[in-house]
Amino acid sequence: MIFFWAFVVGGLICVIGQIMFDVFKLSPAHTLSILVIAGAVLDGIGWYEPLIDFAGAGATVPITSFGNSLVHGAMQEAEKHGLIGVVTGMFEVTSAGISAAIIFGVIGAIIFKPKG
Amino acid sequence: MLQGHQSWIFENRPSILSTGTVGGPFEAKGKIPEAFDILHEDMWINQDSWEKAQQKMLEEAIQTTLKKGRIEKEKVEFLIAGDLINQMTPTSFAASTSSIPFLGTFSACATSMESLALAASIINAKGANYILCAASSHNAATEKQFRYPTEYGGQKPPTSQWTVTGAGCALVTQNGAGPSITSATIGKVADMGMTDPFNMGGAMAIAAADTIEAHFRDMQIDPSYYDLIITGDLGHVGREVSLDLLHDRNIPIDAEKYVDCGIAIYREDQPVLAGGSGAACSAIVTYGHFLQEVMKGNLKRILVAATGSLHSTLSIQQKDPIPCIAHAVSIEARGEHI
Amino acid sequence: MGDKKKQKLQPNQQQYQAFQQKREIKRPIFKNCIKAFLIGGLICLIGQLISTFYIYQFNFTEKTAGNPTVATLIFITMLLTGFGVYDRIAQFAGAGSAVPVTGFGNAVISSAIEYRSEGFILGVGSNMLKLAGPVIVYGVFSAFIVALIKTILTQWGGF
Repeated sequence: MIFFWAFVVGGLICVIGQIMFDVFKLSPAHTLSILVIAGAVLDGIGWYEPLIDFAGAGATVPITSFGNSLVHGAMQEAEKHGLIGVVTGMFEVTSAGISAAIIFGVIGAIIFKPKG
Repeated sequence: MLQGHQSWIFENRPSILSTGTVGGPFEAKGKIPEAFDILHEDMWINQDSWEKAQQKMLEEAIQTTLKKGRIEKEKVEFLIAGDLINQMTPTSFAASTSSIPFLGTFSACATSMESLALAASIINAKGANYILCAASSHNAATEKQFRYPTEYGGQKPPTSQWTVTGAGCALVTQNGAGPSITSATIGKVADMGMTDPFNMGGAMAIAAADTIEAHFRDMQIDPSYYDLIITGDLGHVGREVSLDLLHDRNIPIDAEKYVDCGIAIYREDQPVLAGGSGAACSAIVTYGHFLQEVMKGNLKRILVAATGSLHSTLSIQQKDPIPCIAHAVSIEARGEHI
Repeated sequence: MGDKKKQKLQPNQQQYQAFQQKREIKRPIFKNCIKAFLIGGLICLIGQLISTFYIYQFNFTEKTAGNPTVATLIFITMLLTGFGVYDRIAQFAGAGSAVPVTGFGNAVISSAIEYRSEGFILGVGSNMLKLAGPVIVYGVFSAFIVALIKTILTQWGGF
């Protein structure tokens, strides 16, 4: 069942993105920034975790999860170290997406040439 | 020479002696592959950057033009050319390797006709015997500079256009054997406050309509004088808007006689959305296709109004509107002009 | 913003824009949304399959499987971007391929590959995050604000 909900929830988040592209004429960078902020806010009010439990990758694969995990990292550290933790814990949970993108970006630049 | 407010008549009949056109793989699959003298299979053209590939195509177009005109490079007085890349480096670098005295021109995608009009007026005033004028663009170099990296997945709306990879060049000379350049109209910059860089045809349509209207007013002729009125790269959106604008201004042009280089160059099933664009678009289709039709006798008189959108990435980011321009040049078969 | 911009336009500009807009090819919004739903859903489904694979094969838990899943998806994205396939998928899928992390990966990797011609330090290094940078910047900043408010409320507010 989780596979079905992953498909539906993931697809619906993409539809929201498409509406921001086509109806509000936002650029991809604007759209993705807003979605990340939305993810952070949703986690702040405690709605994103239940969505992950419900839809699995449908909630963790869209870029909104990036905002969610940033908040999570910050909160984990904040519980231990108070306000300082908010700053230092930020990347604790999220590092995978950014480091993978940077590592594979450099490898890509070494082995590939743009096709045009 | 000056006629009316913004047009030139060339009494001494400068003519186009020869042309050279170069294209890329996507153009080879297009509607008019026979318009190209050289077609490349690879977007890189054995160079290590897109900009160098563009420079290479421009050099080849210049060499082909000289070879077909049987003129040595040393006999050519001036090269008038331009392109869209930052500070026109592909053109300047090509001018450096060809070592012909060089005038750089920029009217974005209207560069081809600005260069041709200037060349004709210098030749007409006996300021030179041979002038080369050229324009070039490269799809990937333009994408990289104006839009996104070429491999980035951004969905383009149906109003956006496909930049032509290629270069087009023409050799203008004193009263020679080829088709004559009889008049030209220099356009005003039109700013309608349009801001969408993915709808350039819609922004440029007003400039095309303004220049075509000014041409008929200055020359005191009407559209029936021409067999074809050719616009540079308006695409489907801009063509329709400009045609309707001209109708509203009491300049009714037959829809069949109103063609666009950006639509003529690619087949309908190629993923070009609203059509082709780029500085090379009007140069290649005019020199490689329509001019050949004039020489074959299928067309007698054509008016080419190339259109350009004069924005930069900086001006778009800073929310400035997109100003547009169009320049028109009239080309007629030998013995057909009044 | 939109209204302010409109007010600055001259009447003839407004008239032209309305004239132009009538002839503009409209974006097929409904069709685009269906396509975004299908491809976006498919990418998340693949993500779920990968994550299930990690859970059963490598003893990851539901919570920890997220990181290797994201890394695997971005690795696949590198191949699709390098072979020139991702931009074609994107023209079809729109937000369907932009919103999942693969879109973030594609933004980073395509910039890295494209700016290779300007060298590894100033080309690849400086431009890699040109498109994806805003996502990191505003992700971090909004997470900071959210976490700050939450910390203050929980630690001092007595919730």
